[in-house]
Amino acid sequence: MKDQKTTALNLTDEEFVYPGNRACAGCGLSMLYRVGLKAIGRDAILIVPPSCLTVMQGLYPISSTQLSVLNVTFASAASAASGVRAALRAQKNDHTRVVAWAGDGGTSDIGIQALSGAIERGEDFLYICYDNEAYMNTGVQRSGTTPRGAVTANTAIHGKRERSKDLPTIIAAHSPAYVASCSAAYPTDFHDKISKALSLKGLKYIHVHAPCPSGWGIEERLTVTVGKLAVETGLYVLYEIEDGEMKLSPPSARLLTKKKIPPVSDYLGPQRRFKALSEAVIEKLQQEVDAKWETYRSQMM
Amino acid sequence: MFVFESGNVAAATGVKLARVQVIAAYPITPQTPLTEKLSEYVDAEELEAEYVAVESEHSALAVCIGASSAGARAFTATSANGLLYMSEQVHWTAGARLPMVMCVVNRGIGAPWSVWNDHQDSISQRDAGWIQIYAKDHQEILDTVIKAFRLSQEICIPVMVCYDGYYLSHTYMPFEVPEQDQVDAFLPPYEYRHTLGPENPTSLNTVTLPGGRPDIHGNFAPGYMEIRRCLHLELRQAIEVYERIDSEFKAMFGRGGNPIAERYLCDDAEYVAVALGSMSNQIKDAVDELRDEGLKAGLLALSLYRPFPSEFIASELSGRRGVIVFEKALSPGNSGALFGDTRAALYECTSRPFLRNYILGLGGRSYKTSDFSGAIRESVEAGPEPCDQPSWIGLNR
Repeated sequence: MKDQKTTALNLTDEEFVYPGNRACAGCGLSMLYRVGLKAIGRDAILIVPPSCLTVMQGLYPISSTQLSVLNVTFASAASAASGVRAALRAQKNDHTRVVAWAGDGGTSDIGIQALSGAIERGEDFLYICYDNEAYMNTGVQRSGTTPRGAVTANTAIHGKRERSKDLPTIIAAHSPAYVASCSAAYPTDFHDKISKALSLKGLKYIHVHAPCPSGWGIEERLTVTVGKLAVETGLYVLYEIEDGEMKLSPPSARLLTKKKIPPVSDYLGPQRRFKALSEAVIEKLQQEVDAKWETYRSQMM
Repeated sequence: MFVFESGNVAAATGVKLARVQVIAAYPITPQTPLTEKLSEYVDAEELEAEYVAVESEHSALAVCIGASSAGARAFTATSANGLLYMSEQVHWTAGARLPMVMCVVNRGIGAPWSVWNDHQDSISQRDAGWIQIYAKDHQEILDTVIKAFRLSQEICIPVMVCYDGYYLSHTYMPFEVPEQDQVDAFLPPYEYRHTLGPENPTSLNTVTLPGGRPDIHGNFAPGYMEIRRCLHLELRQAIEVYERIDSEFKAMFGRGGNPIAERYLCDDAEYVAVALGSMSNQIKDAVDELRDEGLKAGLLALSLYRPFPSEFIASELSGRRGVIVFEKALSPGNSGALFGDTRAALYECTSRPFLRNYILGLGGRSYKTSDFSGAIRESVEAGPEPCDQPSWIGLNR
């Protein structure tokens, strides 16, 4: 996997998720789950706290996932995954992959304590947080990763007034084995990073931006377009952190040398959730993004 | 082999003999010496297990849930607010039908903070779907832990082994430690009917609709309510299963024989005290004192609280003149929980005794043997006066 990048041509045809599941049309998570499981393979146990993924899996006794899945309580994805790993170790099983797959609420808010504890203990599993930037499964309420200005069901008039948490940075401060950010718009990059993460011992954290047409107010056909715009405008950055070293992934690294980066308004424009944003706030956001890329350029070029 | 050790070490010894594979725990007084001891066994390689020092009780039980689902014998222990902090997981464990044992070293619940003993913690979890067994001495703690693992595994229902903080956890008593090979013969290795793994992919604890639903082959699958009812029915059956396991234990180790309750001078007793946990030891002395006075008193020292042994209670207490329920817990605004359960079990009896309820020892308030004899005497004198409200022992006036 190291020498060969994943492409649409070499991605396995084998499917691990049944079609016709309960995901909404245009669901970013749905694409990620399909591609992600191709990288994870069958020798795995997934741990899933409440999220859209709980519903997407299907209702008892029907399941859309062909792998073993342990549904757990909202705050306990990382600790339940620790328990699964401990049980496998106790049975001398060193091959089965343990993957916790949670949403942004389950990770940045209610689940952050368990995750922090698991990293500190040096647990050995992969934690994937798909970030659709709100509590989508309960009807689009603000979460810790909801961006400033986004209208949600409980920030309905002015949009969220606070900044979002930079979750991968919080995780990286724990020094786990691997941290990466991904996007549903770049599924092969996601596939590559999962494969790499699973080749490492210790706790691996992958944060993946997952556009949500129903929650963001975008057309279903624009999931990938909007996901790409988040990266192309420099707002959402794809990178890896290994041994404390941050490395931009190709779609973001390109921006370092790009003469003109499209404005963030290109990304915000197609989304109804940002309709309450004033010109002034957009301008401030643009300045923040510009400053961030100035820093990257000075550090990485 | 006889040893002289604390109640917490008795519990740890039972856990070690049960060859537990995964232990997860978070420190809370008065549970700490138990889990410290277990970490020592693991570090010293006396026990081959994974010890996961989690960041909270919620995670402690989450680790056990993960481990138990993935095929390992798991154990945790807690007290008071720790138990309440993991309450969501306590319910989850029973709903998921996981074989597991947890020791609850009983302590009062804050606020206000109390680190001292009462039973409010475990009693507040009585409706979680776990089996609850209360031990009254160190030997019972050790033996119950071993029997609990066997019971839990046979019926896929988790078991709480409860014992009094300080009164038992931190006091020293002699107890016999069984031989490992005997315990191995009694308790088979861990086995779970739905072990999670790649060999047989399965989704556990998925969203379940109110109504039943056919699977992809058209076979009707149970809905949420059938699943909960099944837990209830199998909890009722657990009484018989536990009796059988206890008699096997007695045949092998020579101890036991009172899985539901110890009957102390009950045969001809006109007045019977009912209690959970270590206060029973003191009530026995009170009963002796009353017998010396010519009062026909007895004690039903209850071990099994959930499933509630209603038939046993009804047959034991029917026809007595009076029943006095002593409790270190309260359902505020009502009465003691055990009192309510006992009264309900007696409703169908043709010859109903009068009932009185005494609340004592909350937050570690001390009590004496004479408090029990005094309360029984007072109850006898009051006779069958209807008495809805509990009386209190040891209140400062």
